[in-house]
Amino acid sequence: MTNPILQARGLVKRYGRVTALDNADFDLMPGEILAVIGDNGAGKSSLIKAISGAVIPDEGRITLEGQEVSYSSPLHAREAGIECVYQTLALSPALSITDNMFVGRELKKPGFMGKYMGMLDRKAMEDFARAKLSELGLMTIQNINQAVETLSGGQRQGVAVARAAAFGSKVIILDEPTAALGVKESRKVLELIQDVRSRGTPVVLISHNMPHVFEVADRIHIHRLGKRLTVVDPKEVSMSDAVALMTGAMQPDAVAA
Amino acid sequence: MADQNSTPDRDFESVLTSSDTSVAEFEDSNRGVVGTLQHVLHGNPTLVPVIVLVVAVLAFGLIAGDRFFTPFNLTLIMQQVSIIGILAAAQSLVIITAGIDLSVAAIMVLMSVISGKLAVELGVPAPLALLIGFAGGIGAGYMNGLLITKVKLPPFITTLGTWNIFFALNLWLSGAQSIRGQDIDATAPLLKFFGLSFTIGSARVTYGVLLMIVIFMALWYLLNKTAWGRHVYMIGDDKEAAELAGIRTDRTLRQVYMLAGFICALAAWASIGRVGSISPQSFYEGNLESITAVVIGGISLFGGRGSIMGALFGALIVGVFQSGLRLAGVDVLWQVFAIGWLIIIAVAVDQWIRKVSA
Amino acid sequence: MTKTFKALMMGGAAALAMTGAAHADAHGDAITACLITKTDTNPFFVKMREGATEAAEAAGINLQTYAGAIDGDVESQVAAVETCIAAGASGILITPSDSRALAPVIGQAREAGLLVIALDTPFEPADTADATFATDNFEAGRLIGAWAAATLGDAAADARIGLLDLNPSEVSVDYLRDQGFLTGFGIDVMDPTDIGDETDERIVGNDVTNGNEEGGRTAMENLLQIDPSINVVYTINEPAAAGAYAALQAFGLQDQALIVSVDGGCAGVRDVAAGVIGATSMQFPLRMASLGIEAIAQYAEDGSLPENSEGLDFFNTGVMLVTDSPVEGIESITSEEALELCWG
Repeated sequence: MTNPILQARGLVKRYGRVTALDNADFDLMPGEILAVIGDNGAGKSSLIKAISGAVIPDEGRITLEGQEVSYSSPLHAREAGIECVYQTLALSPALSITDNMFVGRELKKPGFMGKYMGMLDRKAMEDFARAKLSELGLMTIQNINQAVETLSGGQRQGVAVARAAAFGSKVIILDEPTAALGVKESRKVLELIQDVRSRGTPVVLISHNMPHVFEVADRIHIHRLGKRLTVVDPKEVSMSDAVALMTGAMQPDAVAA
Repeated sequence: MADQNSTPDRDFESVLTSSDTSVAEFEDSNRGVVGTLQHVLHGNPTLVPVIVLVVAVLAFGLIAGDRFFTPFNLTLIMQQVSIIGILAAAQSLVIITAGIDLSVAAIMVLMSVISGKLAVELGVPAPLALLIGFAGGIGAGYMNGLLITKVKLPPFITTLGTWNIFFALNLWLSGAQSIRGQDIDATAPLLKFFGLSFTIGSARVTYGVLLMIVIFMALWYLLNKTAWGRHVYMIGDDKEAAELAGIRTDRTLRQVYMLAGFICALAAWASIGRVGSISPQSFYEGNLESITAVVIGGISLFGGRGSIMGALFGALIVGVFQSGLRLAGVDVLWQVFAIGWLIIIAVAVDQWIRKVSA
Repeated sequence: MTKTFKALMMGGAAALAMTGAAHADAHGDAITACLITKTDTNPFFVKMREGATEAAEAAGINLQTYAGAIDGDVESQVAAVETCIAAGASGILITPSDSRALAPVIGQAREAGLLVIALDTPFEPADTADATFATDNFEAGRLIGAWAAATLGDAAADARIGLLDLNPSEVSVDYLRDQGFLTGFGIDVMDPTDIGDETDERIVGNDVTNGNEEGGRTAMENLLQIDPSINVVYTINEPAAAGAYAALQAFGLQDQALIVSVDGGCAGVRDVAAGVIGATSMQFPLRMASLGIEAIAQYAEDGSLPENSEGLDFFNTGVMLVTDSPVEGIESITSEEALELCWG
């Protein structure tokens, strides 16, 4: 059996008297789409923040490819290869697609201009951005230098995912990627997620949308009361059972997992 | 920073052919003339001030006659706007980050007074006095940046406070007394370097005007051709997004305010040459005039949009209006009136451009 | 008698203001006077405060000083007047930041029995205050105008005149100096409260300077663009004159034009000595304030009000022409003598 690429054991995070993470575990296997579902307040977002470096857990440990890691910031996690696509996308609307894709890791021109004058290598950046968008089937965006705000919601999501996938990341976390989208655009984004997986990058998908989860996920991590309640296989569990588990209407041992 | 990340292979164009061409199509349907214009302006926000500037120069050339439309007068206008122009460059940097710096002119005047006091009255060598002025400008900017990023005060309030503080320090140090041009000439002529000029035909160009142009070009390069500049825009556009995308926003913001402070100190040096003396009472409203230039130049007060060059054109538009109306014999109060309308129209155009959508 | 004022005021300024009764027994300390200036940084007002402080010490008066943040800061001055009323002062010396806007609060002060003297800047109308102690700004302008005309001699008939005024608001000091200058030069000023309505062809134009070097320079450049043959430059004050000189210098025309100004600040006097300014009219802020304090002391003593100078609606604290090229018929002092008297 393969080892999880990203694993967490016994995560605890308390905010004053509220325990957001109560001894939570987490496993992401290579090349899979793992959906994380849970009721509001179950601690999903605390879990995601803990594994993406946005919060530092009080207890517990996280391993990435078998190595124990501890991040002090999302930047740190990102450098280690964990990319998070936030619900807000963290795109700058007035800037171009290229600028957004390369933010924080711009390419500089070779030679004097790049080294001493900090000049960006726009051509290389544009070519790279175009290529990455093409790989994900997004290349009908005609002008790689158009402002992100002129794109549709789905296209923006695409740019954000392309950014996350472009730089050789090991894990991509998607937070509610279809929440703000219409049917047609949601479909495109789901295809995009499958594209990312087919290129070998494992995806963590946080979503409230059960049909979407059941459509693309390989496994479903059900979070409840600050910890992992169980992990189920979407092919074996019905949507209503998953919801029942999530809300506490059903216990995990009641399903044959 | 980029080097350590994956280097893109040079062959990625090849995948273009295999890409799905139907996904996420960008529909370029008929927008009509107005919509097209809106899109063009959205892509080129500096176009508006450039058009206004050209039209204004031509119009005043017709109205105010040949006195206006001479190389001499046009270069004189550049001299007249040079100090506010340099301040507008500093102001643009800050406004692009969605901030505002009410203290620019106060920093400038304070640093001119400090350099002047040191060089003219205390006998400090002029280059050293200027260096102290530069350090002071950077320090003043750092103070603004620190209050904004560490104490988390809004830029408006912070710089409203430091404006008053720097102004008070200026009056305290100077006793509200000017340092006379003759005294500067006698002891530290270097301070008036930027008042020197050369002529090309009947055009007279001061080094102060050249300094303004060089500052704008340098900032344009910095903002558009370097990663730092893109980060400045991104912070102004959406600070939270910038932070999530991995920019160290607070550090960048402090750098912006420090750079603005340094530019103000350069403006201080240039102002001594321009005014001919060191005048603690001058430029009291220089902050508002710099904001006026920035706004007329099409740089959004909401941050993240507009080109630094717009501020240069904005400053020139103000100068052209003032000179043109003056030469046309229009009373001063109508100049004020005209500038007021320019501001309102500029902001209205900005709002309209921002409404552009796919 | 005024001690009763103070005692009562302490008890309740409002009550006193309504009844106007001031006949309680005196007890307590010295007379209090207030000095409210436009700003406390301008050397002119610094000198004024110096004069008031000295005179107050000499007369054993308790002096409180207030100032606005900038010229035009009416709110601070209103608050200062209210504080003075509440503090039971006998009188207020004020340089109003706004000739009209302060009228209501000055009315309150006078109803409360305070003597209010406007210093330097008269109220509009002047009888808003009990008295005005000021430079005769019209006379100050007239002196430099007459001096310029006399210096040019016959050439005055075809002089080219540039006028560098204060700001677009055309406040009284602005038009009085401007119109005084033109009168002294021998030009029909038409409406004596309106700057720029003159039709005399010798006038090239007016521009505003905000009374500082930068404004002076830009305004001078603008006028030179209209007519580079300008040979007489009137300036509202000496910083504006210094700016005008810098512009003329940049155009290589500094020897062509005669610059005249008003104020008598020390930097201005040195500019007269250096030949930058041909002549300036000196005013005496120290005397304004010390005479004002004396008037308050007198009023506290016996209730007598100061009287205006003859033929004027204010008390003239004097003005003196400073030049190193004196002309016949106009009394003047040299820059050297003026350096002893200048302010700042």
